[in-house]
Amino acid sequence: MKIMPCPLNGPRNISEFVCGGEVVIPPDPARCSAAEWADYVFMRDNVAGVVREWWYHVATAYWFIAERDTVTDEIIRTYPASELFSKRVVFTAPEEASEAGASEAGASGGKP
Amino acid sequence: MPFALLKYGLKREYPAERHFPPQPELKSTYDVVIIGGGGHGLAAAYYLAKDYGITDVAVLDKGYLGGGNTARNTAIIRANYLTPEGVRFYAESIALFKELSQELDFNVLYSERGHLTLAHTDAAVRTSRWRAEVNKHLGVDSELIFPDQIRKLVPSLNLSEDVRYPILGALYHPPGAIARHDAVAWGYAAAAARRGVELHQKVEVTGVLRANGRALGVETTRGTVHCGRILQAVSGSSSLVAAMAGFRLPIHTVPLQACVSQPLKPFLDPIVVSGSLHTYISQSARGELVMGGETDPYGVYADRSTLEFKEGLIAHMLELFPFLAEIKVLRQWAGMVDMTPDFSPVMGKTPVENYYIDAGWGTWGFKATPVSGKRMAETIATGRVPELIERFRLGRFYEFKQIGERGAASVGH
Repeated sequence: MKIMPCPLNGPRNISEFVCGGEVVIPPDPARCSAAEWADYVFMRDNVAGVVREWWYHVATAYWFIAERDTVTDEIIRTYPASELFSKRVVFTAPEEASEAGASEAGASGGKP
Repeated sequence: MPFALLKYGLKREYPAERHFPPQPELKSTYDVVIIGGGGHGLAAAYYLAKDYGITDVAVLDKGYLGGGNTARNTAIIRANYLTPEGVRFYAESIALFKELSQELDFNVLYSERGHLTLAHTDAAVRTSRWRAEVNKHLGVDSELIFPDQIRKLVPSLNLSEDVRYPILGALYHPPGAIARHDAVAWGYAAAAARRGVELHQKVEVTGVLRANGRALGVETTRGTVHCGRILQAVSGSSSLVAAMAGFRLPIHTVPLQACVSQPLKPFLDPIVVSGSLHTYISQSARGELVMGGETDPYGVYADRSTLEFKEGLIAHMLELFPFLAEIKVLRQWAGMVDMTPDFSPVMGKTPVENYYIDAGWGTWGFKATPVSGKRMAETIATGRVPELIERFRLGRFYEFKQIGERGAASVGH
């Protein structure tokens, strides 16, 4: 059994976790080109060596960051996402998109 | 051993032929360099020489021929895919596979068995019918069958309704087959070598020489090799080699594990797959049961085997074939697979001119060996990507035109 040291729950069986992929800072969707967005969505460094990834503990719905070696299958360090992300990321939609979104939500009776 | 056979074997008139001719020293220039001496690379070398007369070709492998995923797959061949792109592509592969032993003058032990994809839910039955109709429309033999017909094909299968996932039906694909995977690589290698292609083992590519967006050659552990065109065919390490050429791929590398049981007398003719139970099983010519399941849950570049995989696989296998509880696992292994977001390969041109790619072979690479070799050879020789593989271009991700081949692996994703 492989053990994942969870920053919230301590050492747990790795089968309780889901790997969320490489930690990548997304480009601003309102300003980036389609190619930049495709690059962010699909392309991967897929490194053989030490990687920094998002991991998720399913039972407690807790996202955190793990550094592990993909060649030796060793987990080097895990820590809360707050170590890397100190500020909330706010995605501002472009003007026309936000208006369309608001009118759609209004028509269907949903909350904007 | 009969004495006459021994005498025949020792006679000078019938000297043992070398399988591969002795290889010359690595030259500093070739027309085409193929990175990766697995089935795909060797097949491309063979068709370059045979169809286009391009014989100044070097196949470079950091290990030995056919030692990567060509030796690690479970040797299943089928064309019952879901998307028209996938069905057409694999139908051509089956046609080439059927004639391959003749073509290469080398027995690849092609054995047509029939292929059953079991459906345990109403949703799976619907998908089976969908796949069968797409297949039939494109001339591929597939049909939806029900337990009474399944029982005739696989009498040993547990069709009881008193199980967690009763079998409701199956997608039956009569052309489904298995072949000796090593023989496919060795046959292509020998036939290519006879036409003048050079096979260089234990030559690792460490860099790609480029200038003004063009590939000029490769750096290797045995020196620099200049060439006109390069083909990268290194599934499992595709991202690492592509990084040397300066571009990224939509690929995530994960291990795929498999195992075989001790040999049994022949009892299982078709290949049996269950998507819901994440298992597949076939009986090899040696009588061993070849079994596999899902890819590992997270990415690793290590071909280790795990107990978790075996536990999950065998627990489900015993629901299908309860009597296998008495049987021992004989060997286990893993291969590194290139998983793409749409379960389809990445083939054709790259952002680097003269640098061609054959990657993203996930869990669907062995069955594509002849067709990918033939069509990549066509791409390299003519400079034009044939229509059959054009949709598998790397650029599809930048156009948000993924293929969505959910019939790709026989098991769920």
